[in-house]
Amino acid sequence: MKKTYKIEVDCANCARKMENTTNATEGVKSAVVNFMTQKMEVEFEEGADPKAVMPVVLENCKKVEDDCEIYF
Amino acid sequence: MTKKQKKMLKRIIIASVLMIVLAFLPVTGILKFALYMVPYLVIGHDILRKAFLGVKNKQMFDESFLMAVATVGAIILGEYTEGVAVMLFFQIGEWFQSYAVGKSRRNISQLMDIRPDYANIEDENGNLEQVDPDEVAVGTVIVVQPGEKVPIDGIIIEGNSTLNTAALTGESLPRDVVEGDEIISGCVNMTGLLKIKTTKEFGESTVSKILDLVENASSRKSRSENFISRFAYYYTPIVCYSALALAIIPPVVLMFMGQPANWGNWIYRALTFLVISCPCALVISIPLSFFAGIGGASNAGVLVKGSNYLEALAYTKYVVFDKTGTMTQGVFEVTDVKATDNDSDKLIEIAALAESYSTHPISKSLQKAYGKEIDKNRVSDVQEIGGHGVVAVVDGVTVLAGNDKLMEKYDIGYDKAEGTGTVVYVAAGNKFAGHIMISDVMKPTAKQAISDLKKIGVKKTVMLTGDSKAVADSVAADLKIDQVYSQLLPGDKVDKVEELIGQKNEKEKLVFVGDGINDAPVLSRADIGIAMGAMGSDAAIEAADVVLMDDDPVKIAKAIRIAKKCVGIVYQNIYFAIGVKVLCLILGAVGIANMWLAIFSDVGVMVLAVLNAIRALNVKNL
Repeated sequence: MKKTYKIEVDCANCARKMENTTNATEGVKSAVVNFMTQKMEVEFEEGADPKAVMPVVLENCKKVEDDCEIYF
Repeated sequence: MTKKQKKMLKRIIIASVLMIVLAFLPVTGILKFALYMVPYLVIGHDILRKAFLGVKNKQMFDESFLMAVATVGAIILGEYTEGVAVMLFFQIGEWFQSYAVGKSRRNISQLMDIRPDYANIEDENGNLEQVDPDEVAVGTVIVVQPGEKVPIDGIIIEGNSTLNTAALTGESLPRDVVEGDEIISGCVNMTGLLKIKTTKEFGESTVSKILDLVENASSRKSRSENFISRFAYYYTPIVCYSALALAIIPPVVLMFMGQPANWGNWIYRALTFLVISCPCALVISIPLSFFAGIGGASNAGVLVKGSNYLEALAYTKYVVFDKTGTMTQGVFEVTDVKATDNDSDKLIEIAALAESYSTHPISKSLQKAYGKEIDKNRVSDVQEIGGHGVVAVVDGVTVLAGNDKLMEKYDIGYDKAEGTGTVVYVAAGNKFAGHIMISDVMKPTAKQAISDLKKIGVKKTVMLTGDSKAVADSVAADLKIDQVYSQLLPGDKVDKVEELIGQKNEKEKLVFVGDGINDAPVLSRADIGIAMGAMGSDAAIEAADVVLMDDDPVKIAKAIRIAKKCVGIVYQNIYFAIGVKVLCLILGAVGIANMWLAIFSDVGVMVLAVLNAIRALNVKNL
């Protein structure tokens, strides 16, 4: 399942870090962070519940970039 | 400016003013330190906090950490001015980046903004009501007033008008539409009121599809972007460890050699290293360049589905075309008439009448050339002879219209016509009356398209067609196409493209250009598939990597030029940013570059790279 989320991130390097950490999050098959359109496209693993995965993604992203935001 | 940016700007101004004032205050010792801490904390408190959080979360090598270490280090060494200044410039750089990127992002999005905000629906009393286009069901009648965008694809059921398709095609030539015409969303209605019966939902309409495509385009990353991602991954840690080595090894070696270790000097050089280590300029400017390039291209009517395709397009060396619909208009027209009594109009008239009951494309083009209403009462005893033509009685005279076999069948002496189209021989009352040549018409810009491609360094142009050899060869010779393969079945086209791909080397890209309807397999097999004339054709938008919104072949060369400019800018930025950084690292290591130069290499390079990247947006004169 693929979902797109609106995000807020200030710098391109931070967006890159968010992408890496989201990809490493359990339940996420692949993630692409588009700094230019301020969007994050997440493909979830089979059977993973986005509602359960996304808070973890946000938590992990906050660790690498303190003032990022994901709207889900 | 966002709230965050305004707040930051205030902090930058306050800190700058304080710094200027402090420069003129004759203070020393602990008081000087205390006074300098004020602007330092004003400008840098959030960076220090982030650095602390980074360490806590095991994210050592982020730029906040580097800046914190470098500035705190400088302050400990007693270089108060430099410590605060580095922090100040770093924040100015960050602010600029956020401002410039945000602004260009909005500019580019605006260029692509063809999204209609509402649709008008008429209620029982004839009043117009604005509704969300998403809520309009298929088959609803919507009203589009002059000056408004057409929100949803449909068919005109009332009214006529002129449409501006510039937002979709980049072409400002207006298009006239009348009742019964299909109309696609994204066009702007210029003159008359239109009532449109929708044939699609908003989400399935052309405008939504295009927006979707362009917005997601920059998510498909190019090779250069991936390269930079990998580069940044290694670059920052390497520089940090080098800094550590620079701070420790030389002083220790000097100590062993019995000379003064000079710790302060080497630590200062190491801190300079840290300031240079941020890969921001690269990481920001490359996606921005591609984003701007894709935005500029879409404004010119060239939709590119991903940064990777834009990048590949720049290395195009082989261009393979489909003939019908790509180089020619795919519409058959009478191109030559030769009547034995020199009355061409009469010849077309009797041929059109004789063929008036046929639905064959040839008969249609004859009727079009005739241009008047056909009076079917003048025609009788129509007899179609399969593979030969038609025999009919027109105005009481038996007329034969068909190919050479028909003439031979009826033993009529005829003059063989020379040419590359389909020939219709006409005889009236058992006497040869002349011939009419019907052929596919070349697009007016086809010739220029090929010469443009040659000019921008395309090695070879190839045309593939299902048409006969004579026709294909004559078109190719006319357009100066290098190689032609004719009489191909759709499957053969894929084989030919594969053969050509096998002959070229990896770096050279092969582009296939087709009209998208029956070329889907070839479009996907080529390195880059370009579909043209895509207004309203979903199949083309799906199958191709690059979509030309109108059917002008000149746009192929334009798309390649846009790609070349964009990739050129990307390389300029890569070489410039890495070059300056490496240079500053070397100068810093030997002690020539100080922290001021280091902060320039970080912030200055980023500013220049971002400004350069935005140039990719300007594709008007390409």
